[in-house]
Order: sequence, then structure tokens, then C-alpha cells
Amino acid sequence: MSDVGAATVPIPRASAPTRRRYRLGRLAGRNRLALVAAVALLLAVAAAVLAPWLPLADPDAVDTPHRLRPPLSAGHTLGTDEFGRDLLARLVWGARVSLTAGVASAAAAMVLGVTLGILGGFYTGWIETVIMRLTDILMAFPYVLLAIAIVAGLGPGLRNAMIAIAIVGFPLYTRLVRGAVLSLREREFVEAARALGASDGVILGRHVLPHLLSPVIVAFSLDVGAKILATAGLSFLGLGTQPPTADWGSMLATGRQFVILSPHVVLLPGLAIFAVVLALNLVGDAVRDLLDPRRV
Amino acid sequence: MKYYLARRLLLLVPVLAGVSIIIFMVLHLAPGDPAEIMLGSQATQEDLVRLRADLGLNEPLHVQYLRWVGHVARGDLGRSLWMKRPVLGEVLTRFRATLVLTATALVLSTTIGIALGVTAAMRPNSMLDRLSAVASLFGASMPSFWLGIVLMVIFALQLGWLPASGMYAPHSGGDARDLLTHLILPAVTLAAASVTIVARLTRSAMLDTLAQDYVRTARAKGVSSGAVVLRHALGNALVPIVTVVGVQAGYLLGGAVLTETVFAWPGVGTLMVQGILARDFPLVQGCVLVVALSFVLVNLAVDLLYAWLDPRIRYE
Repeated sequence: MSDVGAATVPIPRASAPTRRRYRLGRLAGRNRLALVAAVALLLAVAAAVLAPWLPLADPDAVDTPHRLRPPLSAGHTLGTDEFGRDLLARLVWGARVSLTAGVASAAAAMVLGVTLGILGGFYTGWIETVIMRLTDILMAFPYVLLAIAIVAGLGPGLRNAMIAIAIVGFPLYTRLVRGAVLSLREREFVEAARALGASDGVILGRHVLPHLLSPVIVAFSLDVGAKILATAGLSFLGLGTQPPTADWGSMLATGRQFVILSPHVVLLPGLAIFAVVLALNLVGDAVRDLLDPRRV
Repeated sequence: MKYYLARRLLLLVPVLAGVSIIIFMVLHLAPGDPAEIMLGSQATQEDLVRLRADLGLNEPLHVQYLRWVGHVARGDLGRSLWMKRPVLGEVLTRFRATLVLTATALVLSTTIGIALGVTAAMRPNSMLDRLSAVASLFGASMPSFWLGIVLMVIFALQLGWLPASGMYAPHSGGDARDLLTHLILPAVTLAAASVTIVARLTRSAMLDTLAQDYVRTARAKGVSSGAVVLRHALGNALVPIVTVVGVQAGYLLGGAVLTETVFAWPGVGTLMVQGILARDFPLVQGCVLVVALSFVLVNLAVDLLYAWLDPRIRYE
């Protein structure tokens, strides 16, 4: 063995500080954009949380004489919709619904998916078979179609739309976590814990779960945007938020009929969805770079 | 290959059973009596009794399921409560329109995506490469239904170049040219996000294969740059590309619901949404079943294509 080692030609490599500087430089370059995105996201979240205390018009107050006013009209910075309701107020109040729906459905999918993924990866036998077949079957449906089918059964409404999206979304986490747990359960530290007499609960909670945090956080940060798009899509079809509650998807759906007269009623909620999801994706990419240095 | 095909077909059985159970359960998800939900609060007692008998709702769940599967296997998807017609014929007619739309979008996203990805991989970090990275970020963040409305406003309502909605002109038309002009906006809308995904994946698969020894050998032998890229690199990069194209086919089938709604395209997606709003469960079940089955078949076709492209897969 030592002969082989002696015959090996050393490969010239950049020195460690150079490599680190290069990586940090790339990360900083990317993160400038992610920083802007994070600030924009924080502003959107702050506006949504503080909506009741902001000097905004009543988002549901109908004022038909002033319907479809363009942006920068007197008293209506972003104009009004088909019922004369203030668009800025509806966008801000809509952010509460859209952001909550996206985060809540992604969180529910994550909790369910991670739990099933841990169980499916750690226990072989019928538990693994049942969980993996269930995820296979759910993944045998096109994503949007299955969500629509579940809403069809539960009935249209925001809560049911969120349940549907969480059900459709959990197999992603199950697959991700199961793969990681399959390799983790063979590692020495798990064997050592078992030899010391640790119960399954302790092994999973204290030794396996911490290793899953980084991939799950990365997946979650990229998933929230997708879930906001999905809930907005269901609301657009009339299967999510029901009138008069404002959310960005339903605002787009109702504004669509007036697109020729007043394109802003459609353009503004669409831009809001686009900007927030873009910001989430940029922040998600930065989180991935931070937690998974191999990708940088 | 025969053995591989048999094994893949056998694996379809549990998936199809699971898919059928989920679709059947759609009717039973909501708490309460499905007959009351379907007919609404205005329904008379006689109507409720008749519908319960028609749908077999008085029998145990497993009996209802087996009877439903039996009917489905014979091509009987029940009668639409809203249209008073057999579901199968209606769904298949609409499904043809959906297929035309998704197939066109898939062809667009595959050809443009692969072309962009190959060009970006040949010149990494060029302006085109950076543009394609930005476009893929935008594609993943933009709601397709909003993009559809924006395209409709620009190209149909403002410029008047293309029709705004429908599959054919209501009075004149009905020919291939008419279909094509109606197809452009919805197909581009549906394909937009997929193009960026296919392009990014093609780029990374091509960068991997272009760094392989056999590509260097081919270049050293004096093979022209075009032949190296097309014959040696692209041929070997096809397996991951086929994977993503297969996934995109399913995404397009499902995502078509939103695009169809924007452009009033008479596909199975718009029919399903109308069915849900009318609480017409047999119609909804029929729509989901046909789309899900075609999705399963697309996945099967993709798996077979892998095995054909990469012999290692079929000997695993």
C-alpha cells in the first residue's frame, strides 16, 4: 500500500484560503440579490401582519360610483376594482391570506412528509411498504389535478384548498427524508446509540432528526413559493378563497372579466404573486447555498 | 426488453388500484350524505332516494367500490348529473382538445428547451447562458394563468394578431389553420415554465457529458464540433433529459386546467372545474380518471424509453 502511496503524483490544488475566498465571493455575489429579495419579503410579511393597523381603506367597502379607477387616482393609490374597492387595501389584506395559505400548506406537507419519511426509512417491512406505495400512488397523479380532485370532494374553500395542497405536497418530503434516513440508519453513531440501549424514539429524535434539518429547511424554503402559486391557482379556478375575502388568486380571477377596460385589476395581483414567489425562490437558493456548500 | 416490459406492466397493477381507490374516495371525502351535497338543499326526499339508489350509496363502501371499478372496466363512467349524458363520451371529446394543447406545449418546451440548453452548455457563462438562468428563475416564479392573461392582453386584445379564446372561430373556420392560430397563445403559456426547466436540465446534463473522456477522444480524433455535441454528448445526455420531459408531460396535463380556464379552451380541465362547481361527482371522477390514466401511461412510456436509450437500465 505504501508503494502505491509513494508513486502517487500530487495534484496541484488551490490553497485552502484561496478556495474559501472564492466560495465566499460567489456566495456574496449571489447573496446581494438574495438580500434584496429577503428585504422585499420582510416588507411584504410586515405589511400583511400589520394590515389592521396600517392607514388603509376598508378592503371590502363597496363604492360602485368609483369602480375601476386607474392607479394614482385621488384617494386610491393603486386604483379600484370592479366594485370600487380600494386595490391597495385588497392587495395588502390579500397578502395575509395568500402568504398564510402558502406557509401553512407547505408546513403541513413538511410535517406529514418528514414524519412518514422517517418512519418509512427507519422501519423496514409493512410500514415502509405502505408508506412508499402511498407516495407512489399520490405521485402517479399530476400535482394540480389531484389537488383539484381533493377540493372537489371536500368542497371549495380556502381551508380545503390548503388541505388538498398539503396532501399533494407531502410525498416530496417523504422521498427526500426516507432517502437520507436509509443511509443514516446504517451509520456508526446510530449503531453506537443502539448498542448503548437507546430506544427508537431517542435514536430518531436525537441522532437522526438533526441530520435531516438542513435538507428539509432547503426543501421547505423553496416549497413555500410553489405552494403560494398552487393556492393562488386554486383560488383562480374558484376553488380556494371565496368572495368577498381577498386573496391574490381570486382577485386575478374576478378582475379577468375587466381586463380590456382596466388591465391594472389583473396586472397588480399577478405582479404581487410573481414578486413574492421570485423573492422566496431567491432566498431559498441562498439558503441552499449556505446549508449545502457542495453546490457553491 | 420483454422481461423489463412485463415487469413494468406488472408494477402498474398496484398503482392503478391505488389511483382508482383515490378517485372513488373523492365522492366520499366530504362529511355527510353525498346525495345531499350533489343535489343541494332544495332537493326533495324522492330525488335524494333516487340518487342514492342510482349511485348505490346505500351499500357498504367496498361493494360500492367494486361495482364502480367493474363499471369503469366496461367503459361505463356513469351519467353526468349536470349534462344528463354519459360521462365517458363527454370526457373523451374534451380530452382530445386537452391532448392537442398539451402535446403542442410539450413539443414546444422540448425542442426550444433542448436547443437553449445545448447552446448554453456550449458557451457556459455567456450572455445566453445567464439569460437562460434568469428566465428559469422567472419561469418558476410566474403564475402561468397570469402569464396567459398578459399574453392575451398584448397579442389578442391590443395588437389583435391572435384570437383571445376558444379552439375554433365560432362562425367561420374549423380548419387546421384556424386551430393553429387559436392554439398559439395557450400552448406558449403552458410551455413557458417547462421550457426553462428543460433548458436548465439539458445544460447541466450536457456540461457533464462534454467533460467526459470520450468527448475529448472524439475531439482529438478531429471530429467536428457539431458532431461531437450532437452525436457524442447529446446522445448520452438524453437519459436525464427524457426523465425531465416525462415529468413535464405530467405537469402539462395537470397544469392545462389553469391554461384552459384562461383561454376558454374546451378541454377536460375546464369540464372538470365546471363539474366541481356543479357538484357533479360522476363527471369529476371521469375527468380525473382519464387524465390520471394517461399520466400513468406517459410515465410507462418514459420508463420504456429509458430502457431503450440506456441498456444498463433493462438489465438491472
